[in-house]
Amino acid sequence: MSTPAKDYSLAELMIVAAAEAFRNDGEVLATGIGLIPRLAASLAMKTFNPDLMMTDSEAFMLSEPNPVSGRRSHEGQRQECWMGFSRIFDTVWSGKRHAMVGPTQIDKYGQANISALGENYHRPKVQMLGVRGFPGNSICHANSFFVPSHSKRVFVQGECDMVASIGYNPARLPKGYRLDDIDIRRVITDLCLMDWQGPKRMLQLLSLHPGISVERVLENTGFEVHIPEYVPVTRAPSEEQLALIRQLDPENWRAKQLRDNPPGDRS
Amino acid sequence: MSKVRSAQQAIAAIKDGMTIGIGGWGPRRKPMALVRELLRSECKDLTVVAYGGADVGMLCAAGKVKKVVFAFVSLDFIPLEPYFRRARQNGDIEAMEIDEGMLLLGLRAAAWKIPFIPTRVGLGTDVINLNDDIKVIDSPYDDKAWVAMPALPVDVALLHVDRADARGVCQIKGPDLYMDDWFARAAKTAVVSCDELVETGCFAAGDEARFVFWERSQTDTVVPIAGGAHPTSCTPLYGLDVAHFKEYSALAKEEGFARYLEKYITGKTEAEYQQAVGGLEAIRKLPLPVY
Repeated sequence: MSTPAKDYSLAELMIVAAAEAFRNDGEVLATGIGLIPRLAASLAMKTFNPDLMMTDSEAFMLSEPNPVSGRRSHEGQRQECWMGFSRIFDTVWSGKRHAMVGPTQIDKYGQANISALGENYHRPKVQMLGVRGFPGNSICHANSFFVPSHSKRVFVQGECDMVASIGYNPARLPKGYRLDDIDIRRVITDLCLMDWQGPKRMLQLLSLHPGISVERVLENTGFEVHIPEYVPVTRAPSEEQLALIRQLDPENWRAKQLRDNPPGDRS
Repeated sequence: MSKVRSAQQAIAAIKDGMTIGIGGWGPRRKPMALVRELLRSECKDLTVVAYGGADVGMLCAAGKVKKVVFAFVSLDFIPLEPYFRRARQNGDIEAMEIDEGMLLLGLRAAAWKIPFIPTRVGLGTDVINLNDDIKVIDSPYDDKAWVAMPALPVDVALLHVDRADARGVCQIKGPDLYMDDWFARAAKTAVVSCDELVETGCFAAGDEARFVFWERSQTDTVVPIAGGAHPTSCTPLYGLDVAHFKEYSALAKEEGFARYLEKYITGKTEAEYQQAVGGLEAIRKLPLPVY
């Protein structure tokens, strides 16, 4: 019972596509870092996976996701348990979590970097955030990647300058581990959807956003991508999904997330 | 027994080369008045352990830091701490960069007086390759590799809380205590500044004692400084000072930290600092952040 929308932005297309990453997760903590991933997790929880858990990005677990914009206080939010930062790690280490994060670099193994850029770690060209929770997240639970600007600067040719999260790299696999112990799910970019289920854990194309060609994806990726015989077009949001997104983001902050706020269909 | 001291007396416990743990998280409930006092001191070659924000940035910019133990240094709404960034890019400081959870385990190991805690966290990443002090070990119970996260003992912990009594009972009413309890437990000496110094009887009322997260034996020094977390937040008492952080951050690109020191820190008392940022009443009116 859904009506495909005719008019939607690329941000909205990406929110809906990213929400799909959480569809079959069951009862896990869904953490979306950044506005579009957070809206994606919220949309999933409001529609096809009500069992998901989410926090208020501060210290409480919620039974209903908070809107991402238009809130002036925490008054009235639907809290269900305390979830301070130290307790988050108990959930992380239990494995009952799926994080959607936005790495600065991703390599062909699915290793990711948000720490520092440049060849000399001790005097980096660009100091970024630091590894944050990437090492623990990547070895303990499912992770998806959100990439707002698909380019060779993100999908790098060699290994990441600083490997902050473990991927499908046989050379770095710890003793007693199999590649199947690592759980990297979807990659949602402004051009396409991908996952790591290609031959030998290669990154593979799942769908192209409307108006985007395979060539454009390949030109903007620094390593080989597996292209299946049939590549569908990413499904348009439904009117019902757009209505929910508007409720979750009443001040339309999603319009400011992607440069020039492009339309969903670029053909 | 009264543990009440001035900030100057408390900071005098910090000597060159010590390891300092700083509580709070990014721009939230940082013991900034104590950090300002440390900036005014002659101390140098410090190792700083923190979930870092402007505390780490300021100490790096002032040349007080030899090494930072961190998972991130960020002002949240300004994602990259400009002075920390510069110190790293100049190669001015040593880095022990670890996962947020590894930092917690290191503090716990120190608190429990054990040499390490085994964990999966860090396996397969450069956190292991870049930190020679973090070993990967075999387990006596299975055939897997484990990271032996070493204890991170701290000489002096600096913390800020809402309320404390003179005996060192400390209360945090904000939604999160962050890792402050573990910093207090991992430290030889814990120095706690508080927004309000209260009578012991206060904790007997209602459920007030539920907001006390470590025992007074873990608190060595109490420093009453109303507004002492400014410019970071101390929910529910006051929010973070966005305008002040913007100025602090902009100065990194323009005149540099020397100008910030001159305007707000050097030769100024905490009361004069508070006057320079609009006064205690203005601090108390800063709106609480909504995430």
